[in-house]
Amino acid sequence: MRIAILTGVAAILALAAPASAEISGDAVKLGVLNDMSSLYADISGAGSVEAARMAIADFGGTVNGKKIELISADHQNKPDVGSAIANQWFDNDGVDAIVDVPTSSVALAVQQIARTKGKVFLISGAASSDLTGKACSPTSVHWTYDTVALANGTGSAVVKAGGDTWFFLTADYAFGHALERDTSKVVEASGGKVVGKVRAPLNTADFSSFLLQAQASKAKIIGLANAGGDTINSIKQAGEFGIVEGGQNLAGLLVFITDIHSLGLQAAHGLQLTEAFYWDQNDQTRAWSKRCLDKMKREPSMVQAGVYGAVTHYLNAIKATGSDDGPTVVKQMKVMPVNDFMTKNGKIREDGRLVRDMYLFEVKAPSESKGAWDYYKQIAVIPGEEAFKLPGPNECPLVKG
Amino acid sequence: MFDFIHLTIPPAPALFAQLLVGLINGAFYAMLSLGLAVIFGLLNIINFAHGAQYMLGAFCAWFLLNTLGIGYWPALVLAPLIVGVVGIAIERLFLRHIYRLDPLYGLLLTFGLALIIEGVFRQQYGSSGQPYAIPPELRGGRNLGFMFLPNYRAWVIIVSLAVCLATWFTIERTRLGAYLRAATENPVLVQAFGINVPRMITLTYGTGVALAALAGVMAAPIYQVSPLMGSNIIIVVFAVVVIGGMGSILGAIVSGFTLGLVEGLTKVFYPEASNTVIFVIMALVLLVKPAGFFGQAR
Amino acid sequence: MSRGGDAGRILTAVLIVLALAAPFVFYPVFVMEALCFALFACAFNLLIGYVGLLSFGHAAFFGSAAYITAHTVKVWGLPPELGILAGVAVAAILGTAFGWLAIRRQGIYFAMITLALAQMIYFVALQVPFTHGEDGIQAVPRGRLFGVIDLDDTLTMYYFVLAVFLLGFSLIVRTINSPFGQVIKAIRENEPRAVSLGYHADHYKLVVFILSAALSGLAGSLKSLVFQLASLTDVEWTMSGWVVLMTLVGGLGTVLGPVVGAFFLVAMQHYLAQLGSWVTVVQGVIFIFCVLVFRRGIVGLIATYAVPRLRTQAREPSAVGDAAARGTP
Repeated sequence: MRIAILTGVAAILALAAPASAEISGDAVKLGVLNDMSSLYADISGAGSVEAARMAIADFGGTVNGKKIELISADHQNKPDVGSAIANQWFDNDGVDAIVDVPTSSVALAVQQIARTKGKVFLISGAASSDLTGKACSPTSVHWTYDTVALANGTGSAVVKAGGDTWFFLTADYAFGHALERDTSKVVEASGGKVVGKVRAPLNTADFSSFLLQAQASKAKIIGLANAGGDTINSIKQAGEFGIVEGGQNLAGLLVFITDIHSLGLQAAHGLQLTEAFYWDQNDQTRAWSKRCLDKMKREPSMVQAGVYGAVTHYLNAIKATGSDDGPTVVKQMKVMPVNDFMTKNGKIREDGRLVRDMYLFEVKAPSESKGAWDYYKQIAVIPGEEAFKLPGPNECPLVKG
Repeated sequence: MFDFIHLTIPPAPALFAQLLVGLINGAFYAMLSLGLAVIFGLLNIINFAHGAQYMLGAFCAWFLLNTLGIGYWPALVLAPLIVGVVGIAIERLFLRHIYRLDPLYGLLLTFGLALIIEGVFRQQYGSSGQPYAIPPELRGGRNLGFMFLPNYRAWVIIVSLAVCLATWFTIERTRLGAYLRAATENPVLVQAFGINVPRMITLTYGTGVALAALAGVMAAPIYQVSPLMGSNIIIVVFAVVVIGGMGSILGAIVSGFTLGLVEGLTKVFYPEASNTVIFVIMALVLLVKPAGFFGQAR
Repeated sequence: MSRGGDAGRILTAVLIVLALAAPFVFYPVFVMEALCFALFACAFNLLIGYVGLLSFGHAAFFGSAAYITAHTVKVWGLPPELGILAGVAVAAILGTAFGWLAIRRQGIYFAMITLALAQMIYFVALQVPFTHGEDGIQAVPRGRLFGVIDLDDTLTMYYFVLAVFLLGFSLIVRTINSPFGQVIKAIRENEPRAVSLGYHADHYKLVVFILSAALSGLAGSLKSLVFQLASLTDVEWTMSGWVVLMTLVGGLGTVLGPVVGAFFLVAMQHYLAQLGSWVTVVQGVIFIFCVLVFRRGIVGLIATYAVPRLRTQAREPSAVGDAAARGTP
């Protein structure tokens, strides 16, 4: 009896395996997986889902005659929740591509699953350069930004402007260490020196002790290798302790416009940071952002803009190849150049990294700002090749040999 | 594998600065744990919602400023009052029914309350937090030679000491405090004397909650006003109260200051462990003197 | 006399048949997850339901076993059964150490010590290189059981997990209904009297603690193979809170309660995942509801009202109450 059941199950599974030049399951299904309720809900969250929805609507709602569907879920920044959802989506729910996934630990887990199952993974929220380094995958595209770009952007620009001694205030977890390591390499390669560092536990509320250590080091630049609430708290308290008045400057290595919104310009002005997108850069970005503002009541972050771009490019690749088979579509995505409101002449590298221009911004003073969300002035454009230049040889097995 | 343990030694003036900063944090912990100690000492309730009520105080101050234009100074009084009333409502609706049960049920109930409050605020406000500026009168600081001390931090120590002293004095030295302490030990007898014990209990819980909210208002200008601020700090506050002796006001005050100092020193010598050192001390204290330094065995 | 006699045996048989058929009806990974947590909750229930000690640090055993199994299977290449044994062994050793330290205290002090010790394990897990911090140990291979059975096939893995769960569960039931279990119940009812009869209460409590820790470790090891991932979530204090909630909802001190509670909460987490922050709110509401109205839990309630014969046996879970009411910390 059990043999019969098992044979039946095996037969069904065999029939369900997709043929190559066909769209499986009669629809193209996208799953936006991100943080809807916690730390990164504001930079991704419901805004990313909306961005994906806009991309599908703008594309026409169908591709090659098949409907495009969208679902979403909250991974709560936990790798096991993210893996469970990814597994279920790929196995049970017919999802062809997972989109977004901030929090690098979750992204690494999902990438592994997507690679094993041959499904597409469009990364917008996560930052770790390992996603296109030693953990790279032929079915992934890392779209918006990564730690290498942030290091090359903020790191080298600040050193060139005279900030050649650095003290790192690092959040004590794998991501913080990676950010510190990448930026240190860039600082030293640009001729600067790292004079000290301190590692604060994640979710520290009070940074006074660490800021005192930074002050004592007399470094010109205090690099904040942390994210979210830790970055906001350290910037706020740096203002209290007169760090900037004392002659030192802060460099935020991972700062989003939502963090500035939450800090207020009084506390954040003068901060230099690297982002991939700002709503007020040109007419195209303004037009697109206005649509987001109307729906979500806040200006979009670079992560959300990246979701739109990635989904559009993915759908175009399916149209071109006529198939939604993971490796085939991603290969096509790497062939086609990327041109949308956010990216001009972008090209996806062999390891899955989209090489695009990045921008160095400085936060405006309260007097310079005309209202809510008018926070940045653009200081420099960092061309793609320079921004995503790796400090050493590329560790991705797809590229080596 | 054990090379993650490493120590750094700073120069002496830096050490004074760190000690002072540790003391400031300790003052804050002491003020924050007062409410918890009052509630457990007098009501035998382990108020796990304390962190959420602290967060409510901070949000209340932010809300007063952004919606009604009421600034920091009035908020110091208004926010604790408002949140205190919420506390009274909680006591009436929920806690009243579980006094006769094991205190661990109180812990579970208040834990549930904390989840609800935090969840609702996260849903509404996201997690990035809201800006709240230091009031203009308290901005800036003075250079003490070995460090630059922000005025607001000095203010925190002054207020904390004042609040701690006032609370201790009220509980231990006034008639009202005597009634409260008597009501805990023998409510039936005290009620027989004509004192409205249930109302006193309600007011006590409300006061404990108001103390948490006051700490929240004090925290708003320096820490991020976010729905997560309570859950990040609740475990530390628990440790403070347990080490000082659950139910001892003096114990909470002394251990708050002491732990702030110890944490401050750890941040210098072994920063990665600064979150965990409090638990090491808590485990040691519980093993050697489980009632805490000042507590009585209950 | 085992609980409910015939009724119990029929119920168990029905449940086993359901469990065998489950992967064809529900998503197997979901049922496997529920089984792992059910085992965890049953192990936890041993301590609180039958000894009366509320531990807030069980995540330490669950999580460290998960890490050890993940590491031995992925990096050292051990087959899954040895990886699981390694995880359980480490959890048992930790349980011995923690238990020996914590058993001296009761009530809230016991809970606080276990919490403090678990937080120290969290710190070690965060710092030690082999755990990779918040990335966790990923891509854990399931391997071949005994060198023959390929666990990568979901159905095979499911039956393996079910078998291990049934093993652990029957171990717990046998322990409760054995002479050893009777002594434990006697200690719970009236410790001074049991001591006066010559039983070393502390030794018995310690044995139960170690058993509870080892079985929690078994659940953790299983989970790391099911999800092929071991992460910091497994050692966080919120995981300890999660298992308390499962046991509370299902029914403290009942045999099937933790299983029901685990299934209920895992299902809730899955189906409400789209609601984001509302999940936290719903969890909070459940906590409050259970404490105010529903202290007997789902199974306790069913036992009281649906099976009249058991009405005299089921009562307020006083195990926790007695220990604290006696006052000695």
